[in-house]
Amino acid sequence: MGGFRGPALSTETYRIAIVGSGPGGLSAAAHAAKLGVSHVLLERADHLSDTIYKYQRGKFVMSTPDILPLRSDVTFAAGKREAILGNWDRQIAELKTNVRYKSDVVEIKKAEGVFNIRLADGDTVQAENVVLAIGLQGNLNKLTCPGGDLPLVQYQLDDPGEYEAETIVVIGAGDAGVENAVALAKQNSVVIINREAEFARVKQGNLTLILNAIEKGDIQCYYNAEPARVEPNAIILNTADGEARVPCDRIIARIGASAPRKFVESCGIKFPNADRSALPEVSSTYESNVPGLYIVGALGGYPLIKQAMNQGLEVVEYILGNKLAPADEPLLQRKFAGLGGADVDAIIAEARGAIPVFASLNPLLLRETLLESDVHVLKKDAIVFKRNDYTSSFFTIMRGSVGIQINALDPSVVVTLPTGAFFGEMGLISGRRRSATAVATSDCVLLETPRRTMLKLIKSVDSVRRTLDQTAIMRQVQTHLAPGVSVADLRPMVETVELKRYKPGDVIFNQGDKGDDMHLIRAGSCTVSMRVGGRDIVLSYVPSGNYIGEMALLSDAPRSATVKAAHATETIRIQGDAFKALLDSQPALKAKVEAKFRQRIMQNEQMQRRPEAGNIIQFLIEQGVGEGTDVLLIDESLCVHCDNCEKACAETHKGISRLDREAGPSFANIHVPTSCRHCEHPHCMSDCPPNAIHRAPDGEVFIDDSCIGCGNCERNCPYGVIQLASPPEEKFNLFSWLLFGKGPGPGEEMAYEELKYAGKPHADKQKRAVKCDMCKDIDGGASCVRACPTGAAMRVSPEEFMSVALLG
Amino acid sequence: MRESILIYRNHLYLKLAALVSLVATTAYVWHTPFERPNGGTWLGYTLGVVAGGLMIWLAWFGVRKRKYGIGKLRLEDWLSAHVYMGLALAIVATLHAGFQLNWNVHSALYVLMMIVIISGIVGVYFYIRFPIMLTENRRGMTAEVMLTQITDLDREIRQLAMGLDDATNAAVLKASQETIVGTTLFSQLRGFDEDCETTQARRFVEDSEGSGESTSRRQLLTRLVRKEELLKRIRRDVQLRCLLKTWLICHVPFSVAALMALAVHVVTVFYYW
Ligand SMILES: Cc1cc2nc3c(=O)[nH]c(=O)nc-3n(C[C@H](O)[C@H](O)[C@H](O)COP(=O)(O)OP(=O)(O)OC[C@H]3O[C@@H](n4cnc5c(N)ncnc54)[C@H](O)[C@@H]3O)c2cc1C
Ligand code: HEM
Ligand code: HEM
Ligand code: SF4
Ligand code: SF4
Ligand code: SF4
Repeated sequence: MGGFRGPALSTETYRIAIVGSGPGGLSAAAHAAKLGVSHVLLERADHLSDTIYKYQRGKFVMSTPDILPLRSDVTFAAGKREAILGNWDRQIAELKTNVRYKSDVVEIKKAEGVFNIRLADGDTVQAENVVLAIGLQGNLNKLTCPGGDLPLVQYQLDDPGEYEAETIVVIGAGDAGVENAVALAKQNSVVIINREAEFARVKQGNLTLILNAIEKGDIQCYYNAEPARVEPNAIILNTADGEARVPCDRIIARIGASAPRKFVESCGIKFPNADRSALPEVSSTYESNVPGLYIVGALGGYPLIKQAMNQGLEVVEYILGNKLAPADEPLLQRKFAGLGGADVDAIIAEARGAIPVFASLNPLLLRETLLESDVHVLKKDAIVFKRNDYTSSFFTIMRGSVGIQINALDPSVVVTLPTGAFFGEMGLISGRRRSATAVATSDCVLLETPRRTMLKLIKSVDSVRRTLDQTAIMRQVQTHLAPGVSVADLRPMVETVELKRYKPGDVIFNQGDKGDDMHLIRAGSCTVSMRVGGRDIVLSYVPSGNYIGEMALLSDAPRSATVKAAHATETIRIQGDAFKALLDSQPALKAKVEAKFRQRIMQNEQMQRRPEAGNIIQFLIEQGVGEGTDVLLIDESLCVHCDNCEKACAETHKGISRLDREAGPSFANIHVPTSCRHCEHPHCMSDCPPNAIHRAPDGEVFIDDSCIGCGNCERNCPYGVIQLASPPEEKFNLFSWLLFGKGPGPGEEMAYEELKYAGKPHADKQKRAVKCDMCKDIDGGASCVRACPTGAAMRVSPEEFMSVALLG
Repeated sequence: MRESILIYRNHLYLKLAALVSLVATTAYVWHTPFERPNGGTWLGYTLGVVAGGLMIWLAWFGVRKRKYGIGKLRLEDWLSAHVYMGLALAIVATLHAGFQLNWNVHSALYVLMMIVIISGIVGVYFYIRFPIMLTENRRGMTAEVMLTQITDLDREIRQLAMGLDDATNAAVLKASQETIVGTTLFSQLRGFDEDCETTQARRFVEDSEGSGESTSRRQLLTRLVRKEELLKRIRRDVQLRCLLKTWLICHVPFSVAALMALAVHVVTVFYYW
């Protein structure tokens, strides 16, 4: 490899210029080379495929989804990072692909039908067509202070074990910086530079690690400090007390990366909205709104290697004007097999025609949505989902009709939805249990779209969001606020509502404010607190599906309490006058709301007399218990520290315990160990390339076998409950351990402990993410709880726990 | 918040055990006037079989505890039942033996069994008290946090001592190098160490008060006292956890010994039949 540069390029206009040599770009270039089309592959780094190059050494790369056939002139199969990269280097050379390394593209402008591609070093390249395959990694932020380009500054850390007995300065107090600092501190003297006064942006687990290390003196920390300049063997900091000089051998700057969006927009490509995760729109031939400019791979929303490689080959064919059935054709054929043999295009057309929410999707998005959805062919009376299931997928009716049993007590009360309608959006939005049972009222065909796909659609296609919200608001009001009131009666009020979003800790309204509206919580949860004697006392925890703020309206008094969002929360804000008008016209509803009002006054009275219960609620909320659906708590007044819970978990989960009893905070006899909370809106799910994290009907958040071990979920979970681990060594059975002491005993995590600390010998084993699955495959439920001899361990739903247990 | 094993499920297992004991006692009282009671009568046999069965079942708990993820009952049920049935065993076995104790293998079994049962009662006491004592002693800190704080104090102490006279410095250095938290089982169980090097250093600094540099001496003293206090709590923590472990490793071998004695008892009984 090395710093090889292609021939001088200034005069030739290429047919295709490909930017970025990840799996997408290199597959495109290889195909162009094979077909003899004039092309150039522009790569910023001095080697191919920088994203994969930066994977951890020895990482086992997976070829998910297995059923998708590979369509490329370079080969790819699951294996070690080194083998895959070596293979690509060889094949790219064999195909005589024209690669130009160290070519950082900074500008793409179209003039008179030709793209002028400007590189960072000032050269330009001309091409008729451009394929953008730059992935999503973006640009690492660089130190901008003088000396930031000196050789002692680096922006990445591959292997902390590589350095020994050096003085290393780590800049950046995010998770990456903290993780690097802690890992380096084992063998080096480490200084970490924090721009702020505390480590506000890191996960709980990392926070404990870094604070401990600082406290112990293993790591020195400069707070409120920023680099002023870098010298060949020192860094000068601007601190609150003036400049400080820190001599060092190495500087590792982990100051984040900027997303590629800005660059992409500067090329003229449009994004549908400002959302951080919005993707640029492309046609079914991967062409963007700029004719001749194409987008493939992760940048276009396809986060897996094989998908990117397939698109690379396809885009070259499309540019040459050829038609090509997409590689996923056989997958869709299999998916639609139950629909009576019509061909894929006909069925896609049928879906577009029949289902209005999907009608506005571009062909590629629609195809992708269908590919990720399941097709259910149901007989009349089949149950789609049950009330209280925890599933959060979204259903659309392609043929037939579905009935929703909206009354828990009387299944004969059914609202019938016709072909084209959708349902299941409430579970999707709230992350809570299904609020009704859905039954096929005729033979029907349903599309079930997973939560992640829907969230992507909602974020990237405004019309989908609008349609969904309009229907959802009416249904939410009807379900949670005014059951039994007809849509027509509700319409005047619903027309005045407004959706509000709150970040954790945001105030929805303050005690003493004038109350002229109320809120129906549709996602997240809130705490209600009151100022008594100069102190805030938490009175209650209000989960989604409840309304707040009606008390001031009904009593025409100022707000009697402050309501804050406990987690990311969405509410439907209802105008007070409209609500009062509704109550006046609906005496039954009025009576119900007033009864609730009296009950709340009573509860508040009780809670004011028990401030310690409020403190417990506050503590649990801070630990993220409030956004969970099923949380492991330990009663410290009963726990004998026998660790049988951990042993039970390890024994029933391939030798790796998914809970850490000792870790985690305690308050008033309640201990919150490190263990999954099964969040309503699992953070871990948000960024999983193969979509391997799911939610089972009983609420369990679990990871399936398609995990590729990328570690995104581990980083995204704020509670540090996910580990990456390879399968542990085989165990001997109980009796050979008891009698002969063979192998690790029950619950002893030899393999796991070794893995955690030794790293190296296991590093090339295939690592996957593991976490608590709430023992969903084990009859009888949570092993940890069942194995606790004293009953100290319990799994509770926060809603029940924070209302009943504490008050009772 | 939750209930202990003793009142678990509204005393269900207490009630069951009481029922077993009551039936056994009634049968015994009803039976006694006719025959001289002992293990050889039909009632004696029956009670013996029940006692033997109970004992094997009680010992099975050790195995059940390690079979994870199976069965409908929680381990809490098993322990609650274990405790009450273990107590019922004392009654059933005594009735079975007809209150006849001599110097023989049969009585050896009886004695061993009673040791296990009594140790069990001690264990239950530990199980109920220990968590509360441990939590109180820790005051919201984990053992790790306490140790970190000690390391920190130590560093500060050494730094302060550096500016003082050699004798103080030596005493403090000795304290930071030689202070240990129970390495032997005995010292762990003891739970305190009035002659600990840190205490010695603290006394030394106290005694030498007034010999100049009084502010750093004061600072040193407060830190030594804090360290001493933390050490006291850590030793207590270690003691408590160690006690519990020691208890378990007494209860189990005795129960194994009792099981062997049971085997001998049954064999001899049939041999001399
Ligand atoms: C830790 C980790 C583990 C993963 N594991 C797997 C796995 O096991 N299996 C799997 O299928 N997927 C895995 N993925 C996902 C996979 O890496 C991506 O889906 C894939 O790399 C996307 O390919 P791409 O071609 O779109 O972009 P990338 O691979 O990101 O390539 C982009 C290339 O463009 C270059 N570039 C960027 N900007 C410019 C510019 N302005 N000028 C010139 N060049 C530029 C970059 O240097 C880079 O070489 C993993 C991802 C991560 C982060
Ligand atoms: C925990 C269980 C048991 C204990 C503690 C126990 C204890 C005793 C004791 C102390 C005696 C009186 C011995 C004597 O007369 O000196 C006795 C007698 C006897 N036991 Fe048990 N025993 C137990 C279980 C059993 C079992 C399981 C059996 C048989 C199946 C059994 C059968 C007998 C018989 C037959 C006698 C009468 C022996 C004789 O009179 O010589 N016992 N037992
Ligand atoms: C002959 C009677 C008994 C036998 C054979 C017996 C046997 C056992 C065994 C094998 C264990 C498992 C220990 C382990 O492996 O961890 C155990 C645990 C225990 N036993 Fe007993 N036992 C008996 C009576 C009792 C009684 C009467 C009590 C209480 C009153 C008692 C209280 C306990 C307790 C508290 C435990 C600890 C539970 C735990 O492991 O968490 N036992 N016993
Ligand atoms: S693993 Fe997922 S569901 Fe579990 S606590 Fe973390 S974010 Fe929540
Ligand atoms: S490591 Fe986590 S995010 Fe990555 S694939 Fe596995 S489950 Fe998904
Ligand atoms: S519920 Fe099951 S998987 Fe989760 S921590 Fe407990 S034993 Fe482990």
